[in-house]
Amino acid sequence: MKILVCISHVPDTTSKINFVNNDSEFDTNGVQFVINPNDEFGLTRAVWFQEQQGATVTVVNVGGPDTEPTLRKALAIGANEAIRVNANPTDGFFVAKQLAEVVKQGQYDLIICGKESLDYNGGMVPGMIAGLLGYNFVNACIDIKVDASNAKAIREIDGGKETISALLPLIIGGQKGLVEEKDLRIPNMRGIMTARTKVLTVLEPVGAALNTKAVKFEKPAAKSAVKLVSADNLDELVSLLHNEAKVI
Amino acid sequence: MSLLIYAESAEGKFKKVAFELASYAKKVAESLGTTVTAVTINASDVSELSKYGVDKVLKVTNDKLAAFNAKAYADTIKQAAQKEGAKVIVLSSTTDSIYLAPLVAVGLEAGYTSNVVGLPLSTSPFQVKRNAFSNKAFNTTEISTEVKVLGLAKNSYGLVESDSSLSTEDFSPSLNDTDFNVKVESVEKVTGKVTIADAEVVVSGGRGLKGPENWGMVEELATVLGAATACSKPVSDLGWRPHSEHVGQTGKPVATNLYIAIGISGAIQHIAGISSSKVKVVINSDPEAPFFKVADYGVVGDAFEIVPKLTQKLKEFKAQNS
Repeated sequence: MKILVCISHVPDTTSKINFVNNDSEFDTNGVQFVINPNDEFGLTRAVWFQEQQGATVTVVNVGGPDTEPTLRKALAIGANEAIRVNANPTDGFFVAKQLAEVVKQGQYDLIICGKESLDYNGGMVPGMIAGLLGYNFVNACIDIKVDASNAKAIREIDGGKETISALLPLIIGGQKGLVEEKDLRIPNMRGIMTARTKVLTVLEPVGAALNTKAVKFEKPAAKSAVKLVSADNLDELVSLLHNEAKVI
Repeated sequence: MSLLIYAESAEGKFKKVAFELASYAKKVAESLGTTVTAVTINASDVSELSKYGVDKVLKVTNDKLAAFNAKAYADTIKQAAQKEGAKVIVLSSTTDSIYLAPLVAVGLEAGYTSNVVGLPLSTSPFQVKRNAFSNKAFNTTEISTEVKVLGLAKNSYGLVESDSSLSTEDFSPSLNDTDFNVKVESVEKVTGKVTIADAEVVVSGGRGLKGPENWGMVEELATVLGAATACSKPVSDLGWRPHSEHVGQTGKPVATNLYIAIGISGAIQHIAGISSSKVKVVINSDPEAPFFKVADYGVVGDAFEIVPKLTQKLKEFKAQNS
């Protein structure tokens, strides 16, 4: 089985979010970048398939040379090889178009994406790859098993879960549940050393229509100070929630 | 030319988001000088949509669509959009609609923008404001394609009534067998419990509650408020509560009217996940907890004393006001 894991290079979840160039761009200054958490759950599951079922795992990212450390980290965690599509990921459709091309060229059986990235939160790339290729697709996927060419997936739904079956090739939009937090791997020294010699192929992008463009960013307005209510006067809290906030 | 929405239903009845979507679409349609058409799939009574400004319903009734299927549903919405010549399609942010939206967009060669939080800032060029960076920022996005798909963020517009005279037309999309290649084998749904997705109030507990055995009081408070229960990431990592209750940046986003956090200090990732909630109440013994900086109301003290007392007070309030 050939697995492709699509990886976004995103600011660490604790990062302070600021913007530059007239609020048109994210300020990367002093920001630590990581593998998008939803993608890391998927990558860890892919490495499990490699160890348990002999799968080969390729990781791919659409980004500039500055994103290579993130791909090297994925290799250190256990992926066999990496691909970087050398382009600025302008919008979800552009990224999906690049990844669809990689999928077509590499004939992957299982394509694992995170259901959304934690920077732009578009939540559209896995679905768009599926739409472009006509592949089977499961979003919000919290479990995936593969037996020959049959996949069984579990999808989270509002208020429960759904068990789904589909033939490969299959694209999933994954999240926590594919593996648990405790299963995530911190690259060890051996992993880091071997990652240096693994193949990282750089591909040039294919053309794609520019459907959407992020023109401006802004931070939410500062919040007014909290109203503290004494623990001995909870009637006041009830009254505030009813009369002032009007939520009960 | 009209604007199209997909009005979601469950067991034949519309979800509340269907009405929020209709309210929003009505306003957008007005600014574009057009009308609102809703496509429905196996909804029994569609007349309620007229209260929220929908002008026309394309009513799909098809047993093959009894269970949700992203590809078949996306195909249905796509064909409805083509039939109406819709240039703007508005979808909600339920798990199902987020799943099918990119398929609709690719099918219509449309630009798609998710997490939209308000009316378009301008319709030419077409610009909308959306949540980004896990609610730590807003982003203005311009859509340049002729057909546009918008995903409206949950609870971001509200319900606005506006009467319309509704016309209904039966609609039978042509579906292929390949639409059903992904098969649902079984569904497990929590019954009799308010889910985080549907809740207007969420009561959430953190590590400050010391152990899973202490969740009784959280559940009691939730019951009084008709609320869903949730928890912080450490609590789900420790296995005190199921993952499905984990809210925050890597868990579920919460955009309720009222969010009550008990014994949660307020890590930046947690705050990001719940910041779209309108009113936040924090109960914590540590007055320095970062959560107090983003909360509307706070109570400093021992949750084990405060929560049962608050539950009692709310019971009395509900008894008087019902």
